[in-house]
Amino acid sequence: MQKPAPPDAADSVETVDVKALNTRVTGALYKKREKIFPRRVRGTFRSLKWSVMAVTLAIYYLTPWLRWDRGPGAPDQAILIDMPARRFYFFFIEIWPQEIYYITGILVIAALALFLFTSVAGRVWCGYTCPQTVWVDLFLIIERFIEGDRNARIRLENDRWTLSKISKRLAKHAIWLIIAAMTGGAWVFYFADAPTLLVDLFTLHADEIAYITVGVLTATTYALGGLAREQVCTYMCPWPRIQSAMIDEESLIISYQKQRGEPRGKGGQRDALGDCVNCNQCVVVCPMGIDIRDGMQLECISCALCVDACNGVMDKVGKPRGLIGYNTLANLDKGAELQRSQIRLLRPRTILYGVLIAVVAAIMLAALLTRPALELNVQRDRNPLFVKLSNGDIRNGYTVKILNKVHQIRHFRLTLDGLPDPEIKVIGRQDHAPLFAVNPDQLASFRVLISTAKANLLSETTDIRLRIIDRDSGVTAENETVFRGPGQ
Amino acid sequence: MSDKQIDDVSGMETTGHEWDGIRELNSPLPRWWLWTYYATIIWAVAYWIAMPAWPLLSDYTRGLLGHSQRAQLSNQIAAVKAGQADLIARTAKASLTEIQADPELLEFALAGGRSAFAVNCSQCHGSGASGGKGYPNLNDDDWLWGGTVAQIHASIQYGIRADHDETRFNEMPAFGRDEILNPQQVDAVADYVMALSQNPGLADSLPGKPLFNDQCVACHGVGGKGDKELGAPNLSDAIWLHEGGKPVVVDIITNSRSGVMPAWVGRLDQVAIKQLAVYVHSLGGGK
Repeated sequence: MQKPAPPDAADSVETVDVKALNTRVTGALYKKREKIFPRRVRGTFRSLKWSVMAVTLAIYYLTPWLRWDRGPGAPDQAILIDMPARRFYFFFIEIWPQEIYYITGILVIAALALFLFTSVAGRVWCGYTCPQTVWVDLFLIIERFIEGDRNARIRLENDRWTLSKISKRLAKHAIWLIIAAMTGGAWVFYFADAPTLLVDLFTLHADEIAYITVGVLTATTYALGGLAREQVCTYMCPWPRIQSAMIDEESLIISYQKQRGEPRGKGGQRDALGDCVNCNQCVVVCPMGIDIRDGMQLECISCALCVDACNGVMDKVGKPRGLIGYNTLANLDKGAELQRSQIRLLRPRTILYGVLIAVVAAIMLAALLTRPALELNVQRDRNPLFVKLSNGDIRNGYTVKILNKVHQIRHFRLTLDGLPDPEIKVIGRQDHAPLFAVNPDQLASFRVLISTAKANLLSETTDIRLRIIDRDSGVTAENETVFRGPGQ
Repeated sequence: MSDKQIDDVSGMETTGHEWDGIRELNSPLPRWWLWTYYATIIWAVAYWIAMPAWPLLSDYTRGLLGHSQRAQLSNQIAAVKAGQADLIARTAKASLTEIQADPELLEFALAGGRSAFAVNCSQCHGSGASGGKGYPNLNDDDWLWGGTVAQIHASIQYGIRADHDETRFNEMPAFGRDEILNPQQVDAVADYVMALSQNPGLADSLPGKPLFNDQCVACHGVGGKGDKELGAPNLSDAIWLHEGGKPVVVDIITNSRSGVMPAWVGRLDQVAIKQLAVYVHSLGGGK
C-alpha cells in the first residue's frame, strides 16, 4: 500500500503555525481561554466516531418510543421512570422503590466497566461515547456547516462584526439552541408516556416540571456542548484526574512514536530527520487543542483524531502509518511500534475488573430472577404491647402489608402458626374474616388483631409465623413475628 | 510571589510559594473560573439582601423578597386544609355508621382521629390508648359507659362527671367513710367482689354476698355484671380500672372513686369528635 513518494513530498504538506494550548506558560496565574478551531479530518477513527455518535444518539432519542405490552392498566412504554407512581419499568422488569438497589447494582457495574475499558484502552469512554464528546461533535458539525472549516472560522472570529458575521453567528447559535432543546426535550420522555407527553408539551398541557427540566437541560446542553466544550473535560470533569489510577503500562493509549518521529522537521533531506514533518496537523485537528507529541496529557480525551490526521500525512509523504497511534507505555519505553500480538488484554487488573463485573452481574441477575411477585410485611403494635380482654384473653395487634406485584387483583387468606387457639380478627371487615383482596400492582395494608387465652402463652414472647395464601394460585408468602403477653 | 523558579522535574514555573522546600507549580486557572468565583461572591451578597440571612439581637434581617419558611408552611397547611374541605363537609353531614361504611371517610376519620387523640387524649389514656391505673384502656373490650360507636361518641362529647348538662354522671357512695358499712362488712364485700372474677364457684357461699345484694346490686347488677347505662363497672371480668387487688377494692368501697373526663363538645369541633369516636372504636374493643 506504500507508494513511492516524490523526494519533496514532505515540503508539499501544509504546515500550520499553531501552538498547543497547554504549552508551558510563565508568568500569569490566570489564563484567558484560547479558542480552538478543530479542523475537519477524515479517516478510520473519524468514521468509527461518526458511527458511535449515530448509535448513541439513536439510543438516546428512540428509547422512550419503544413499546412493551404489560396488559391493561399498565404503561406500555418499554423504559419508563414513573415518579408519581414510584415505579421503574425496563422491558419485562418492574422495579418498586424498595428495590432501588438494582439501580445501585447497575451503577456499580457501570463504574467497573468504565475501569475495565480504561485499563484496556485508556479513555475510550471520553473519546468515543461520553455525551460531552458526542454533543460537542454534533455542535461542531453545525459550526463547520455554517462558518466553514478551521481557516474560515479563524478569519470569521477575527473579522469585524459585519452583517454576514452576525447572521452566521445567529444561525449557528439558533441551531445549537434547537439541538439543545431537543436534547432536553428527549430526556423528559423517559419519565412519562412519550406520545402523550409530546402532545402535551406542544399544547402547553404538560406539567410545570417537564418544562423546567427541558429548560434546564437546554441551557446546560447549549452551555456545555456549544460554549464550554473542552473546558468541561479539562477543568470540570473529575475523570481525567482519576484515570491515571486506572491506566497501567499495558493500557492502550494514543501516543506519538518519539524514536521514529524525532528529530522532526521539514526538508527533502530526510536522512538526518525523523518521520515527523512537523506539519502540526495533529494539533489543528485536536478538539482539546493539545499536541500529542508532548506525551500523555491530562487534557487528552483519546479521541484518536490526531491518528487519522497523521496517517493522512504519512500516506502523502510515503511513510508507514502509525507515527501516532495506539500504543502501550511499556512499548513506548522500548521505542517500538505496537504489534497486535503484543497487546495483553488479560492482565491481573483487567481480569479482576472482569471478575468483579461478572460477580455483581450474577448477584443482580439471581436476585432479579428469584424475587417474589408477592411479599408480606408484618409490623407488630408496640404501643400497647398487648391488651388484656375482659375474659382474660391476651390480644396483640399487627399491621399486615401485602405487596402484590402482579398486574391482576389477588385474594389471600391469612393463616397463623405457632399460637394455640388463635382468634384472628380483621378490622374493617364486617365478618372480621382473615381474607384480603389486593388490587393489581399495589401495596395494601390491613389491621389484624390476634387473641388467645392467657394459659396458651408460656412466656412473655411467643414466636409466630403469619402466612398468606393466594386463593387462586396457592402461592404463599410468610413473615415471622412474635406474640407478646404478660408472661406466667 | 517573588521567588519564581523553574521546576527541574516538570520544567514548569512555580508560583513562588514554598513550604519547607515544597514548591507549588503554576498551573494557570482559567479566567472564567475566577469570574465564576466572583459571581458566587456577588450571589452570596445578593442572597443576604434578598433572603432572610443575618441574626440580629432580637430579630433577623428579613430580606427584600419577604421569603419565610413559616409563611410557606402555613400556606402548605392552608392548601392541605382546602384540599380536605370536601372530606370535612361530608364527615360533618354523615352519621357515625355512614362514616364507618365509606372507605374514604373512614380512612380520613382514622387519620384525623389518631392525630386528635395524640393531642387531646393521650395525656390520660396514653399514646397507645392503653390507659393506666384509673384511666380506662381503650383497646380492650371492657367499657364503662358502652362500647358502640354512638356510646363512645356521647362519652367524648359530654365527658364523664364533667361540667356539662348532658355529661355522664354517677356517684358511688363511700360506704366505709359514711359508715353505711362497718370495716368488717366492707372486708366481706371486698372478698365477694374479688371472688366474682377469680373464683366464681366460691363466691355464692361467701358472707359478703347478701351485703353486696343489699348495697351494690342496684348499680353493679346481680353477680356484679355491671350496667353500662349507669356507668357501673363489670366486677366479674378480668379487667380492673384501679388495679391492685383486694386492698384497692377495700379502699374503693370505703372511700369511693370517681374519675373525670372533660366534655369535648365546645373544645373540639363536631368533625374532630366524630373522627375521635370512630378512631377509638377501631382500636380493637369497639362493639
